[in-house]
Amino acid sequence: MNIAEILKFAIDLVAVLLLALGIKGLSKVRSAREANRLAAVAMALAAVGLIVNYLGTSGISAEAWIWIIFGTVVGGCLGAITAQRVPMTSMPETVALFNGCGGMSSLLVALGVAIFPTGAGAVEAGSAVVEDISIVVSVFVGSITFTGSIVAMAKLQGWLSTPPWMQSNVRHAVNIALAVMSLVAAIELGRHGDNVSALWLLVIGSGLLGIGVTLPIGGADMPVVISLLNSYSGVAAAAAGFVVGSQLLIVAGAMVGAAGLILTQVMCNGMNRSLVSVLFGGALGASAASGGGGEYKNITSCSAEECALTLEAAERVVIVPGYGLAVAQAQHTLREVTRVLEAGGIEVTYAIHPVAGRMPGHMNVLLAEADVPYEQLKEMDVINPEFPATDVVLVLGANDVVNPQAKTDTTSPLYGMPVLDVQEARTVFVVKRGMSAGYSGIKNDLFELANTSMVFGDAKKVLGDLLVELKELGIGKKG
Amino acid sequence: MSFLSEALWVLLLGSLLGLELIGKVPPTLHTPLMSGANAISGITMLAALTLIIKAGNNTPLLAMGAVALGFALFNVIGGFLVTDRMLAMFSRKSARRKDNH
Repeated sequence: MNIAEILKFAIDLVAVLLLALGIKGLSKVRSAREANRLAAVAMALAAVGLIVNYLGTSGISAEAWIWIIFGTVVGGCLGAITAQRVPMTSMPETVALFNGCGGMSSLLVALGVAIFPTGAGAVEAGSAVVEDISIVVSVFVGSITFTGSIVAMAKLQGWLSTPPWMQSNVRHAVNIALAVMSLVAAIELGRHGDNVSALWLLVIGSGLLGIGVTLPIGGADMPVVISLLNSYSGVAAAAAGFVVGSQLLIVAGAMVGAAGLILTQVMCNGMNRSLVSVLFGGALGASAASGGGGEYKNITSCSAEECALTLEAAERVVIVPGYGLAVAQAQHTLREVTRVLEAGGIEVTYAIHPVAGRMPGHMNVLLAEADVPYEQLKEMDVINPEFPATDVVLVLGANDVVNPQAKTDTTSPLYGMPVLDVQEARTVFVVKRGMSAGYSGIKNDLFELANTSMVFGDAKKVLGDLLVELKELGIGKKG
Repeated sequence: MSFLSEALWVLLLGSLLGLELIGKVPPTLHTPLMSGANAISGITMLAALTLIIKAGNNTPLLAMGAVALGFALFNVIGGFLVTDRMLAMFSRKSARRKDNH
């Protein structure tokens, strides 16, 4: 070991320590922002360590420097611009996009090593078998992560919908065929690492498999899938670590992979679904169409004016935000409405379902952006006992998370999912664009209850009207 | 075999560490945590760097490494910045609360 190698070793140790502290710190509100910076510093350190090591040993050619600077500037700038420009409402899509690119990177590294074996291979490993196996894993996982994440992003953006045959059982046959094709290519690569056609077969097979598995998954399950793909990109990074012989990559990839799995599990628990049913059950709606579906009867609808009159007379109001609020970008208008209500002496709280929106914590981020005080956000277990003492519940673009079927109807596909007991409140207003079903495709019994009124319209428009009406009523103005 | 056995130990211990690190997380932080962890998975940038440095004068390999590096840095820089943007909202809130009380 020369001095550069020792230095790199020391830097790597520090970087791993900082990364671990970073992930740990990210799990506490108080330390999260510093932890995120700590992790960023750790990543920069790791890159510096690697460069120092090569400068002190084999050296870095001028040509290599040009390509390094080129890749860094282009990728870094695009990343920075995307991060600044993207609206807070499309966070899940953004994470999916970033994640897909991470997977693509691992895929390209493995392809590079496989196609040009004299390059950066696992020289330290001194074993062609290790290299071949890790290339196979890296290509397979990287490819799935890339296509899966891009499909997830496109579906959340509404650019892509599921073709009917993908909802039928045909897709299982197609996916199994793709998996077999990938497996055959992988085995062939394990035996003859230089078989380029097997390599491309693996790339295409696993890429299509990523699409085939992700495409049929319904919107409500998408966060779970993104979280799982996030875990995969960690695995892909660890596999790339085996390919180039970097323990730092292995440990960081393994940490992210494991942490992603835990987060995925948390999300599944929140929706009362198992990972298996999310991945292979397809859209909940497909099975629900016969069971929980059906026409709505006895729907009461009312205008923003009537809603305002009821709100004026209330003492305790609970807001239930959902994805519709995020889509309509109505969080700021909502904050203005609640400011007026609070000025009128009305107690306002927000009920946050663990999987409201498209990701756990999605609503928290959204409401924080609109300056809603953190302590007014109540989690499901805290707010549920308070609904009987609540005068008005305002449901904004949420559907499945307030469906009482989940508690009452044992035949419902939603049965057993924890929900907000909004029907316990005196009056419930549901702001919704139309009577279409939620992402699960299941009819919502709440809408038919006697104490529920529908206010039809885009959340932003309805809240705007509500604001005008409330101001006309003179709430919050002294005298 | 020494790299392989060491690497497998590293893999095992790293995974266990990852499982332990985020045992309890408030739901508020799930999205930022996912985004932050996602940025860290862009650590494949190190593999891309290695690829470029060891590529010699093989231009296709150099270009491939540079594209891989670009994708990884898009993930890393974008991921950390977007996480910071989310977390800034929470910390601004707590800072203002301190002023009020």
